[in-house]
Amino acid sequence: MLQEESDLSLIIAQIVQKLKGSNLYSQLERQAWASLQRPEIKLESLKEDIKEFFKISGWEKKLQNAVYSELSVFPLPSHPAAPPEHLKEPLVYMRKAQGSWEKRILKSLNSMCTELSIPLARKRPVGEQKELLNKWNEMGTDEPDLSLFRPVYAPKDFLEVLINLRNPNYENGDSLSFRTHLGLIQVPLKVKDIPELKECFVELGLNIGQLGIDDSTQVPPELFENEHVRIGQKVLAQQDSAAAQQYIRQGSPTALRAELWALILNISSQPEDVLYYEQLKTNVIQHDLLVDSLIYKDVKLTASNDDYYFVFEDYLYQVLLCFSRDTSVLSHFAFNSASPPKSYIRGKLGLEEYAVFYPPNGVIPFHGFSMYVAPLCFLYHEPSKLYQIFREMYVRFFFRLHSISSHPSGIVSLCLLFETLLQTYLPQLFYHLREIGAQPLRISFKWMVRAFSGYLATDQLLLLWDRILGYNSLEILAVLAAAVFAFRAVNLMEVTSLAAAEAVLADLSTLKVMPLLQIFLFATVT
Amino acid sequence: MSRVLVPCHVKGTVALQVGDVWTSQGRPGVLVIDVTFPCVTPFEGITFKNYYTALLGRLRQENSHTPAKWVTCLWDYCLMPDPHSEEGAQEYVSLFKQQILCDMARISELHLILQQPSPLWLSFTVEELQIYQQGPKSPSMIFPKWLSHPVPCEQPALLHEGLPDPSRVSSEVQQMWALTEMIRASHTSARIGHFDVDGCYDLNLLSYT
Repeated sequence: MLQEESDLSLIIAQIVQKLKGSNLYSQLERQAWASLQRPEIKLESLKEDIKEFFKISGWEKKLQNAVYSELSVFPLPSHPAAPPEHLKEPLVYMRKAQGSWEKRILKSLNSMCTELSIPLARKRPVGEQKELLNKWNEMGTDEPDLSLFRPVYAPKDFLEVLINLRNPNYENGDSLSFRTHLGLIQVPLKVKDIPELKECFVELGLNIGQLGIDDSTQVPPELFENEHVRIGQKVLAQQDSAAAQQYIRQGSPTALRAELWALILNISSQPEDVLYYEQLKTNVIQHDLLVDSLIYKDVKLTASNDDYYFVFEDYLYQVLLCFSRDTSVLSHFAFNSASPPKSYIRGKLGLEEYAVFYPPNGVIPFHGFSMYVAPLCFLYHEPSKLYQIFREMYVRFFFRLHSISSHPSGIVSLCLLFETLLQTYLPQLFYHLREIGAQPLRISFKWMVRAFSGYLATDQLLLLWDRILGYNSLEILAVLAAAVFAFRAVNLMEVTSLAAAEAVLADLSTLKVMPLLQIFLFATVT
Repeated sequence: MSRVLVPCHVKGTVALQVGDVWTSQGRPGVLVIDVTFPCVTPFEGITFKNYYTALLGRLRQENSHTPAKWVTCLWDYCLMPDPHSEEGAQEYVSLFKQQILCDMARISELHLILQQPSPLWLSFTVEELQIYQQGPKSPSMIFPKWLSHPVPCEQPALLHEGLPDPSRVSSEVQQMWALTEMIRASHTSARIGHFDVDGCYDLNLLSYT
């Protein structure tokens, strides 16, 4: 059909445009020029011979991976009449809600600034720069006075905003009717039900081997594990992103995980990337931002107190401080409903030439933000690679967990999916919890916003994040949250208050993620 | 194949209901939008922004042949796959004459019949309605050199075996070039390096606008 063909042309044009500015393009050009010297390249069939050369030498694979990465990350080009805000978020009322939420955050940050009389940003004096450079690898030993700082917001503040989200065109009568949602989220987004989830997560089925289930000590490794590891090694040898993404849906062997994630996210540590990271480090040394103190405070409050992650405290500073200075993150705001905060150079208020984004990457960290980085420290020890992986994970997935949007992987859809699953398949439990004033979302929200980081044991968390990468979607977080409630349903039916319900669900560190997901999706009698 | 906007007069929505009694409790599920053209025009396409309409019923037209008659052009074109949820609720939609069931060479009036069977929404309509007719065939702009003399590794492999119809190929290529131009004009893929202005990053407060 004409429409599909022109859509395809548009997508191809867009991807070509993006890749033309990339490093890969210049490398391919260089390779093509260099290949002219080879004997098998003949002038009569130049195009075919060069293509053949690219195929054999593996460059075509790299190009395929780059195209696949672009397709996974960037949304399809929208209708030509649609304004850029429409690509960020198609529903007008959600854009408005995100705008007012951002305004609140800015007000909070500004008031912190004026109260503490600390500038948003300042250039460090040379002596301080030298000191920081010396201390770069052990910033955790620093104990600055952070008592006056407070996090800009916590997940529960964000939950209140989501609870109050209303569509003005929706029948929101005061009296309860069939239109009222029984959960906390009151917007009618489309979410999948269990039959659709079964179709979507078909590789998690009962008759398919999984790491996290079929690699336990009781199961002989010849049945599944050995073969799976062998296939994983083959996938890595082929360096094919799409194959890796398909493979990892059944879990990744621990030894191969770091490389597999890098392949799926299309991260290859080139010298330019290391240089870029060093440049960011220089930016950290030269300028001191207020956001740095927020990061320090967050790390001290969350990761440093965690039994699994406190050893990585220094890494977390090295990644997060550089992340705040990275302007390449700004490009993801094209499809993020959020917008980066703006500011003006001192004394030049209102002059567009002196308008800058603050922080340079446009992302203001909230309480628990450092937990997005912490699990990655188990996989990557080289700071620039760790940094690249985190940045890619953030612009693909994590940003959706703290911005208001109608995207199926956005936090609003995840909350609604969780509540709908619970209501449909555990109606008694849902009703009981609602009656005692313990709306289930109030307990599970913090798990989903952090993608369960800090709540599950690390090996289980990494198995969960394998599936996030494999399915390129965060819906599995909502399914897991519902599965956890299903697992502890018996205890939850006996509680009589929100505090008691929280206590039942306080410790998730003993849970095994994959059996829970499998039982909830494929073995629950509906 | 450029498109030219056709001036037209769009009347407000009129609800259809059965009988004369209008109950205030019920909300009409069918609306009609009347679009009249000052003169008879050939129809190329229509673009609009949806606002909670589930189905675009029948675009009807009145030919200016004598006698003028109403013809059904489109039947239950789905805009919202699930009328009770937000999917597709505020999307931009384009319809081309290739998707219309009948000949649209001469129309003087259009009726758009909108249906929204779900009682959840307070109102529904389509906005920013624009009708197009086919513009002048030859573009006034010159082709860039790479298009007429393609470089080996840059030519996309869109052609299949066998000779495709040359006029179709040229129109497709024209379209693709126009789209590329549009994208090139709209955003730059250059990396923004520095966040400071001339080495200075002293900021006062965050701006609310």
